[in-house]
Amino acid sequence: MTSTLSGRIVDDLVRNDIGFVTTVPCKQLAGVIDAIERRNDILHVPSNKEDEGMGLCAGAYMGGRRPCIIMQNTAIGVTINTLATLIQFYQIPLPMLISYRGEVGEKVACQVEMAVHTKALLSQLTIPTFHFHRPEDVEELDGILKYTQMCKKPTAILTDASFWGVA
Amino acid sequence: MMIRSELLKSIVPVITDRLVVCNIGLPSQELFQLDDQPSNFYMLGTMGLASSIGLGLALAQSETVIAIDGDGSVLTNLATLATIANNVADNFILLIVDNGSYGSTGDQPTYAGGKTSLTAVAQACGCEHVVECQAAETAAELQAALDGGRMTIIVAKCESGNIPVPVIEMSPVVIRDRFMNEVRRKGAHGRN
Repeated sequence: MTSTLSGRIVDDLVRNDIGFVTTVPCKQLAGVIDAIERRNDILHVPSNKEDEGMGLCAGAYMGGRRPCIIMQNTAIGVTINTLATLIQFYQIPLPMLISYRGEVGEKVACQVEMAVHTKALLSQLTIPTFHFHRPEDVEELDGILKYTQMCKKPTAILTDASFWGVA
Repeated sequence: MMIRSELLKSIVPVITDRLVVCNIGLPSQELFQLDDQPSNFYMLGTMGLASSIGLGLALAQSETVIAIDGDGSVLTNLATLATIANNVADNFILLIVDNGSYGSTGDQPTYAGGKTSLTAVAQACGCEHVVECQAAETAAELQAALDGGRMTIIVAKCESGNIPVPVIEMSPVVIRDRFMNEVRRKGAHGRN
C-alpha cells in the first residue's frame, strides 16, 4: 500500500506544478522520498534541518517553482520561528507533508512526546491542518494543494501510521 | 579596514540590479538606505536563512543570485554550506560579510572572530570555489565571481561596527511581490 500511496502523492504534487521539494527523512516517509527522487520533473534538494529547508522553499517559490517540504512532526518544534517570520510573514504557499509519528502503532515512546503537542502547535500558529488517517484520505491531497496556493499559507498534512498501513 | 556599511557601499555598483537576498537586521537596513531596488529581497526576520533562500532561488531560475550573509548568521545555519556544496548552482554567489561579531545585536563576538574559519568550513563542506578577501577587495572579488560564472563563496573580512540606520518599514508582502516581479521581468522565472 505504501508504494501505491507514495506514487499517488507524487503524482498529485506534479499535477499541481510542485517543482521543488525538500526533505528531511523519516522512516515513515522513505517511500515517498524515493518516489520524489525518481521524478525528473521535481527538483529534490534534501536539507539538513527543516528551517533550512523552509528557506530553500521560500527561495524556490520566488524563483517560480512551487515548493513542498516533507518532514516529520518533530520538525514543528524546529520551525516555529521560520513558519511565523518567513513563510507566514511573506505569504509563501507551502504545503508541508508531515509524518505524524507518535500515534497509534508507534513503537518509539519518545515520538509520543511531540505527537501530543503537534496539533496544538499547528493550531496556535493558525496553520490549516489536515489529518490523513486512512489510505483513502489521500483523495483530499489534490484539493489541499490547490487550497494552499489559493490562500498563500503554510498548510500541514499529517500522515499517521494507520494511513501508511504500518500501525 | 572597512566596517560592513562601507563594504556594502563599495559593492553597490556591482550588485545594483542583480538579484540580491540580504541578511536580517542591519545589513538589510544599510542596503535599503544605500541602494533600494526591487531586485533586493530583504529579510525582516528569520536569522540564518539568507544563504538557504538564495540557494533555493538560484536553483529555481537562471538569473545570478547574490546572497549577502554574515558570519553570525552562517554560524547559526552552518549546515547550509554542506547543502550549497552538494547542490551546485553556478548562478549562485554567497557573500559572507565576516566582521567577527553579531552586529545587529550590539557587536557581541562570534566564534568566526575567534578560532573558527568559515573559509575552511566551506572548503571542508565541499564548496569548490571559496575566496577569502579583505573588505576593500570585496567588490573586485564579487565582479570576478560574476564574470567566472561558477558558484562562489566569498568570505570578506571587515571590522565590526555599525552606523545608525532606520528599520525597514516596507511590508514583507510588498518586498516579496516586487522581487518576484523583478525575477519575472528578467525572464528567468522557473527556468533551470
